[in-house]
Amino acid sequence: MPAIIQTEGLTRQYGRQTAVDGLSLEINEQEIFGFLGPNGAGKTTTILMLLGLTEPTGGRARVLGVDPAHDPLQIKRQVGYLPENVGFYDDLTGRENLRYMARLNQLPESKAREQIETALATVGLNGEGDKLVGAYSRGMRQRLGIAELLIKEPKLLILDEPTLGLDPDGTNKMLDLIVSLSRDRGITVMLSSHQLEQVQRICSRVGIMIKGRLVALGSVEELAKRKLGDDAGPNLEEIYMRYFKET
Amino acid sequence: MWTICRKELADHFSSIRFLILFCLILMVALVSTYMAATSVREALEGMFKPSHVFLLLFTAPGKFFSLVQFIAFFGPLLGIIMGFDAINRERQHRTLAKLVSQPIFRDAVINGKFLAGVITVSIAVSSLILLLTGMGLLTVGVVPGQEEIGRLVVYLIVSIAYVSFWLGLAILFSILFRSLATSVLASVALWIFFSFFIGFASDLVADALKPVRNSRDTEQIVANRRVADAASLASPAVLYSQATSTILDPYRRTRSNLVLTGMMERLSLERFRNPLPLDQSILVVWPYLTSLLALTLVCFGLSYVIFMRQEIRSV
Repeated sequence: MPAIIQTEGLTRQYGRQTAVDGLSLEINEQEIFGFLGPNGAGKTTTILMLLGLTEPTGGRARVLGVDPAHDPLQIKRQVGYLPENVGFYDDLTGRENLRYMARLNQLPESKAREQIETALATVGLNGEGDKLVGAYSRGMRQRLGIAELLIKEPKLLILDEPTLGLDPDGTNKMLDLIVSLSRDRGITVMLSSHQLEQVQRICSRVGIMIKGRLVALGSVEELAKRKLGDDAGPNLEEIYMRYFKET
Repeated sequence: MWTICRKELADHFSSIRFLILFCLILMVALVSTYMAATSVREALEGMFKPSHVFLLLFTAPGKFFSLVQFIAFFGPLLGIIMGFDAINRERQHRTLAKLVSQPIFRDAVINGKFLAGVITVSIAVSSLILLLTGMGLLTVGVVPGQEEIGRLVVYLIVSIAYVSFWLGLAILFSILFRSLATSVLASVALWIFFSFFIGFASDLVADALKPVRNSRDTEQIVANRRVADAASLASPAVLYSQATSTILDPYRRTRSNLVLTGMMERLSLERFRNPLPLDQSILVVWPYLTSLLALTLVCFGLSYVIFMRQEIRSV
């Protein structure tokens, strides 16, 4: 299976500080990849480099076979990125927000209308589409964020803390949504999160990044064997804390 | 880019603050033109019609100020109000990261916003001038000649460039400052400085560089005034008001306010006082127009460069 994301020694320095240090990573098609790490570990910087929004100072990356530093538009056309705490134009309705995004993606008007309806139905907001986004709850906003990504029919979704600040019900809906997108539509998902239990529930593989370096990579079971011994159950929380204390 | 421009246009025209400011300017402009019109009509009562009456509507001070002065003072506010939150509003609402992760070039964001602002300004200023022209036609009953219309068109273009300068400046501040309040205050501070205090500032500069030691020495005074004049040209407001007053007043043949003439000399000058043709007027203010445009471009260019180099991650 071809790798959707492939990086080799990807590095980004800000002055003397190294935000991302020689990251080598492969994410395969249809995976749900969990990208873990404490705040300021370089996760967001990595994501921005993958999208071509920040230039790496060293190393290479390929996303969907394209170098983001050279052809970011090609990547942004096929990759949906949900930033942490995504914002919307609160004075527009949900549908209008989606329409704006569809126009920015240069979808033809009729296709856009169709896509907007499908996307709203997929995230379960079709009844709410004509309300102002300012009146949305946090869970609805987050789901609208996903809908915005779906209208361009992405091959890859990069989600930054998609469940942050959601109530248990909202969290469950969000996780189910992510799993169904991956299973039913074959979309590859890379998600960064602090909620380890959720990550363990839906991710096929995880990577742990601490202080700019990728310290662990593999499925939760593999990592458990490596770190906690053969008999220990796969507990991501414990694995994470081990790595965290070691570095 | 056009998509962003279209959205921004819709935002401008439906935003309450733009409507309020436009209504305010419209109201004051109507009143001042009406007063100017009344006084022009009274002055013309029973007299032979001199040339270029129509332009007097715009340049004649009514009770307080002429329309041209008014626009020179308050036009900038229009630009500032449309630009001061262009980028940092997107930051605050956390939509900027989303916007730039769409398949558009990053400069499309800033180009689209600037373009939308310029279009809004053009529509607002043109409709204002057309409305006032219509009112002038009704109240004074003088039809503007071809040349007068030409002068008005030039005036319109210069005004749009002038307001665009402030728009560019406001956008620059909206990139530099994260907070909306800081950015609007910075723009307003510069506006106040350039519009009201530039006179004092240029006097200070002149006194420092070419002090007048002997108040009878005309050469010293002239040198001092020259420096002051030059220094005040740093202000786009001065550039604009000098350029437009020359354009709208065909009898002005020099930009300089200080022409020292003797009694006899003045008399002989008066005898040959004829209006300049339009192209000559334009020639007189050409340097002003180019510097105004250059300032606008510098502002926009700076914003462009800073925005392109800025890190998105700190959004």
